[in-house]
Amino acid sequence: MNFAFSEEQDQLRDVVRRFMEEKSSEEEVRRLMDTEVGYDPNVWAQMANELGLQSLHIPEEFGGQGFSFVELAIVFEEQGRRLLCSPYFATVALATNAILNAGTSDEKAALLPGIASGETIATLAFTEPNGRWDADGITMVAREDGGSWVLDGTKMFVIDGNNADLIVVAARTAGTSGEAGISFFTVAGDAKGLTRTALATMDQTRKQSKLEFAGVKATPLGAAGQGWSALSKTLDQAAVCLSNEMAGGAQFVLDMSVEYAKVRVQFGRPIGSFQAIKHKCADMLLEVESAKSAAYYSAWAAGEDNEELPVVASLSKAYCSDAYFHATAENIQIHGGIGFTWEHPAHLYFKRAKSSEILLGDATYHRELLAQRIGI
Amino acid sequence: MDFRDTSAEAAFRDEVRTWLSENLVGEFAALGGRGGPADERGWDTRIEWERTLGRDRWVGMSWPEEYGGRNLNFSQQVIFNEEYAKANAPARISFFGEGLFAPTLIAYGTHEQKSRFLPKIQSVDELWCQGYSEPDAGSDLSNVATRAVRDGDEWVINGQKVWTTLAHRAQWCFVVARTEAGSTGHKGLSYLLVPMDQPGVEIRPLRQMTGSAEFNEVYFSDARTSADLVLGEVGDGWAVAMATLGFERGTAFMSQQLAFQRELREIIEVAQGNGRSKEATTRQDLADSYIGVQIMKYNGMRMLTDLVSRGVIGPSSSIGKLFWSNWHRTLGERAMDVLGTDALLVASEGNGEYELEDFHQIFMSSRAETIYAGASEIQRNIIGERVLGLPREPR
Ligand SMILES: Cc1cc2nc3c(=O)[nH]c(=O)nc-3n(C[C@H](O)[C@H](O)[C@H](O)COP(=O)(O)OP(=O)(O)OC[C@H]3O[C@@H](n4cnc5c(N)ncnc54)[C@H](O)[C@@H]3O)c2cc1C
Ligand SMILES: Cc1cc2nc3c(=O)[nH]c(=O)nc-3n(C[C@H](O)[C@H](O)[C@H](O)COP(=O)(O)OP(=O)(O)OC[C@H]3O[C@@H](n4cnc5c(N)ncnc54)[C@H](O)[C@@H]3O)c2cc1C
Repeated sequence: MNFAFSEEQDQLRDVVRRFMEEKSSEEEVRRLMDTEVGYDPNVWAQMANELGLQSLHIPEEFGGQGFSFVELAIVFEEQGRRLLCSPYFATVALATNAILNAGTSDEKAALLPGIASGETIATLAFTEPNGRWDADGITMVAREDGGSWVLDGTKMFVIDGNNADLIVVAARTAGTSGEAGISFFTVAGDAKGLTRTALATMDQTRKQSKLEFAGVKATPLGAAGQGWSALSKTLDQAAVCLSNEMAGGAQFVLDMSVEYAKVRVQFGRPIGSFQAIKHKCADMLLEVESAKSAAYYSAWAAGEDNEELPVVASLSKAYCSDAYFHATAENIQIHGGIGFTWEHPAHLYFKRAKSSEILLGDATYHRELLAQRIGI
Repeated sequence: MDFRDTSAEAAFRDEVRTWLSENLVGEFAALGGRGGPADERGWDTRIEWERTLGRDRWVGMSWPEEYGGRNLNFSQQVIFNEEYAKANAPARISFFGEGLFAPTLIAYGTHEQKSRFLPKIQSVDELWCQGYSEPDAGSDLSNVATRAVRDGDEWVINGQKVWTTLAHRAQWCFVVARTEAGSTGHKGLSYLLVPMDQPGVEIRPLRQMTGSAEFNEVYFSDARTSADLVLGEVGDGWAVAMATLGFERGTAFMSQQLAFQRELREIIEVAQGNGRSKEATTRQDLADSYIGVQIMKYNGMRMLTDLVSRGVIGPSSSIGKLFWSNWHRTLGERAMDVLGTDALLVASEGNGEYELEDFHQIFMSSRAETIYAGASEIQRNIIGERVLGLPREPR
């Protein structure tokens, strides 16, 4: 048993941390969140060319580096600390995993090298206006028309949907329901019949889109009608990535709170000497450390691809969602009036925490899923 | 990062399994995992079982070989505890001796002291109790007033201890006493080892909210112990006492979550039996408890990895203590929710006694867990000040 990162993994963390500090300063985050695309293409290219982040867990045969989810988790944690504005989550956590889980070897060879090199920005279009995260939420119908597949319907809350060159879509064949009959398709971002609308997001640091499909020609990915298990696994893997991102954000706001509590003086003393504040910070630390333990462990399980993954993915998503939100809320409280301002970064984390909590299913959803998965 | 056993670990796990399957039989197996370090259910059989463990050096397994131990490392101890819990073996009773006193003795004792006491802990011929708390020294332990004065080659002890768990079962007590007249606070204290069976020691049971009386008041009236039975230096008792508390918050409870897992499983089974497991709120609660107990395991493994690489746990053990005690308290409340009206009755069939079955036992005894071994508020102060570096509160 060994619950420590290796020396190489620690080095990766150092490199990514320095990069994020430099490229995703608060100033940069504020600049990018005000733009429609919401990311910096130069930084995206540097992430691919200098650090190789997009290719990290893609197998070498498909142009990647063949690392595991543990390395990926480190990158997400570091991005979470700095609220990196980037289609990285959409591309790597969602689309890449979907392709890896669902695609045939030929499909992977066609799609993954572009992602690995940073050329392709990709996403997964799966949620619909019904806002559900389960199989029943997928109502979009794929029909065969003269030898090719055609998609009609609407996908919502698609992360970086407007930025994506490649969209992996989950749809179902007519007359099916639940987990049966779900298939994956790929569609180019500029496909004919596809209307993309950028949504006004509460959390401005992560962009979302509405995608309306009107007779869009689509290429099948993987076996028709057999997509659910690959999708379910993709969602678990993405939950693991997001949990690590949330753990990073939670640690960052805890540090912010503690720093402020040491220097802010009221009643002639630093507010951190009052137990009302000190105990809040202690509880936050307990939750942050626990969130990290859960996130790291789930990353290991995802890397091993073992039977524990569904349980620990839900466990980790539920716990990290609550812990992150709680930390960002307490951070505002500890900062007093200044924490309520637009100028202070506290609200950026608060909003990111809430949107991350809801994304892929909130804590209540994942506790219920966990209950089912452990046989309650 | 790898959570699988190394081949050496797997071999050790086999050895433990084999031993348990050969020895945990008959009345020992019938005990199940019942009982806790501070409750007396099945006492005589548990003592016998503990002696069986001691005979084969599973008591004191971490000690150096020269004192009869197996010199096992932390991973091996965890493996032993995992297998022990899986086998549903009886709750251990040498918590104060093996769990708290022995590691302190190994860290601070002389060779003579270790040779004198460790074998008797291992053979379960001597049980220990913890003489820290007093009426005016609870969280603020440095306020102890019990005095010890040298008289020839003996110490003469006067004062009162309180909440002393299992004092009525113990042959020895480790006592924090003031050995420097007129001293206050952390200074002038010593860590004395005092035999309980003597005229100067009076033990008065205190009944707890659970109905039973595991803790006691202990009165020292010219009680005596030999001059050489001071652990560490005379006047340096605070450091030694804190070392014990470190073990109490850290390693002693490292395997706590294993017993908790079993309790949670039992609660889930009852909920499935009476249909509550179909209710959305109960499902949320049970899943949440499951998350908590797993995280305790992950936190424990992270702490262990740290311990192995750095040798000490330090104040972050307070995080573990705070976590498990609060988790368990909530579990007790949820157990009552799951029981519904069955929670209104303490025993399925009344015999006039106030005797608790398992779920009520969890519900009530967990209220003490956020108080002893450092109350939750104290743990939060420690975390805030010593881990996060926040300014101290005025004292
Ligand atoms: C939306 C908004 C509108 C406002 N409008 C007005 C207005 O119109 N006029 C006006 O005069 N003011 C106004 N205020 C200011 C408001 O009264 C202050 O923000 C408030 O008094 C807190 O002071 P502070 O922001 O300096 O925080 P601080 O006093 O620095 O507090 C920071 C944190 O420390 C805690 N803390 C401080 N002292 C202690 C203690 N002794 N024990 C435990 N914890 C402690 C606080 O509870 C808080 O969590 C407004 C504030 C807001 C957010
Ligand atoms: C079941 C049980 C078994 C025990 N067994 C033993 C034993 O074997 N040996 C032994 O020596 N002792 C034992 N104890 C005693 C235990 O260590 C004390 O109860 C504990 O240290 C708290 O002390 P107290 O009861 O005097 O409470 P107090 O210290 O009076 O605390 C009362 C409340 O005030 C809070 N408080 C105190 N100081 C602060 C502060 N600075 N900031 C914020 N809040 C504060 C506490 O957190 C608590 O909520 C046992 C206790 C129990 C319940």
